[in-house]
Amino acid sequence: MSVFILRRLLTLLATLVGASVIIFLVLDALPGNAAEMLMGADSSPEALRAMTIKLGLDQPLIVRYLHWIGGLLVGDLGNSYSYGTPVAELIAERLALTIPLAVMAMLLTVVLALAAGVYTAANHNKVGDVGVMAVTQFGIAIPNFWFAILLILLFSVKLQWLSAGGFAGWGEGILPGICSLLLPAISLAVVQAAILARVTRSAVLEVLREDFVRTARAKGLTRRQVLWGHVLRNAMIPVMTLMGLQFANLLAGAIVIENVFYLPGLGRLILQSIANRDLIVIRNCVMLLAAMVVIVNFVVDVLYAVVDPRIKASEL
Amino acid sequence: MNSIQPATVVPLNAAPSGDAGVPQPPVSGKGFWRRALRHRSFVVGGALTLLVISAALLSLFWTPWPVYEIDMAHKLNPPSSAHWLGTDMLGRDIVSLLMVGARTSIVVGFIAVGIGLLVGASVGLLAAARRGWVEELIMRLSDFTFAFPALLSAIMLAAVAGPGVVTSITAIGIFQIPIFVRITRGSANAIWAREFVLAARASGKGKFRITIEHVLPNILSILIVQATIHFATAILAEAALSYLGLGTQPPQPSWGRMLNDAQSLLFQSPMLAVYPGLSIATAVLGLNLLGDGLRDLFDPRLARER
Repeated sequence: MSVFILRRLLTLLATLVGASVIIFLVLDALPGNAAEMLMGADSSPEALRAMTIKLGLDQPLIVRYLHWIGGLLVGDLGNSYSYGTPVAELIAERLALTIPLAVMAMLLTVVLALAAGVYTAANHNKVGDVGVMAVTQFGIAIPNFWFAILLILLFSVKLQWLSAGGFAGWGEGILPGICSLLLPAISLAVVQAAILARVTRSAVLEVLREDFVRTARAKGLTRRQVLWGHVLRNAMIPVMTLMGLQFANLLAGAIVIENVFYLPGLGRLILQSIANRDLIVIRNCVMLLAAMVVIVNFVVDVLYAVVDPRIKASEL
Repeated sequence: MNSIQPATVVPLNAAPSGDAGVPQPPVSGKGFWRRALRHRSFVVGGALTLLVISAALLSLFWTPWPVYEIDMAHKLNPPSSAHWLGTDMLGRDIVSLLMVGARTSIVVGFIAVGIGLLVGASVGLLAAARRGWVEELIMRLSDFTFAFPALLSAIMLAAVAGPGVVTSITAIGIFQIPIFVRITRGSANAIWAREFVLAARASGKGKFRITIEHVLPNILSILIVQATIHFATAILAEAALSYLGLGTQPPQPSWGRMLNDAQSLLFQSPMLAVYPGLSIATAVLGLNLLGDGLRDLFDPRLARER
């Protein structure tokens, strides 16, 4: 077990380093000098020169990279050009919205998808199965930000139950906070749930054919017991793989959805920073999102071994 | 060309599991179309895709109204015989905008998937042919890129190169490369393990020739299916980027942009937010169904399984 985790951990570190190099090269080494971007193309050469030195851009590439990574490790991400505040503070503030949003969306996704997937597999080829599968086909085709707009149209414009966007902050209490994240989380979850439900269904169908399912039924367990106890656990590997990838999609999707609902999360920070040409904020936000994606997938890999002990033995 | 015909070799005991299962020989001829026209997903998906493509093609020659002409006297008009779906906040005809938007989506999707397919398949074929450290290196590199969903790479590109169509095409295309690398390598490896490849090697053919003459034709159907499905993903990504203002720039019409414009008018003209979304959903649903249909038609055993 520990060897398995150690190997995965090494891969994780290598991937993080690789990702940081890619981000650094794209944002710092591609044509288009950060100083020029910040000050405009028509600024005087002296002012440009001064800004270049101020930003440390006169240093060699490798020094700048190591400086950034060194800062990352101690939590010093530098100061934002446009906000003038430490980037770490900015990001922490925004994460207080994006993380709960992503977690809410993921929970909704899993609940909806497992229920729909197991239900359709248990009723294979019956009306319920065909109906739910048709719905998921539409769910996959709908862009999440359009679904979000439709939700606003229904719940805010027509019914006037919920506000069309904005977020007052957690200081107002947990419940109002959750309420303003409800529509965004639903719009993120629906599309992902449609995809996950289809995978769950085929994974459960595959396991249902196994001999041990018949044995479990023969020894007197009810259909329900077998389905949720034996079948679902064995169908979890493909489902979990997808969940890991989907969390990445949720984080990326949150960038769009936060903009639909005017939520002050990481996604809005990134877009505002693009408008402000605040490269240092963009670099750290992108690194953070990429790191979350990689770490979530690492956790999924380790969970494989927990769910299916056979994986430890064979050492994937 | 008197080598062993790979098209006739079908493994009888191959497990029909997952996308990267043992590839099927290319299907051709009349039998294919006869089966195709009876396949529900294929027909529905094909019809929807055709609808979007013909709207885009038609917009090259004709639109009901000129799309770049602003007519403030007729802004936000409801549907009428002159403007079938009404006009937007600049008085432009919605139907015309949707038609040109279809063209934008298709062009972006086509080039992006083209980049992903060409580069990804070549690299994947190389990995399968060379094996060893080359394969290991390629696969590890493609792992890195998975840390960057299309949106994230587009954001990085937009930050340095500025927003625009080229940015979104490049970002979506780059993101598609590792996907095609994985699919190609997986299915190509399965072909390399087959007897007819062994026979070809025994007859003295080089790795390059085997790849072109035997491996590629046998994985072509899988690549076609995946390209169709990822065309849909590319259209979704393009719409999201344009919605955020990172992709297609005004005045060039695009579905994502139209949704962005419509959002500020939700209380006045809610339907403006419905049409572009419906168009995106139609295109994506069509391509997904078409891809599913093609997969079943290329690999009939999978169809029976489901």
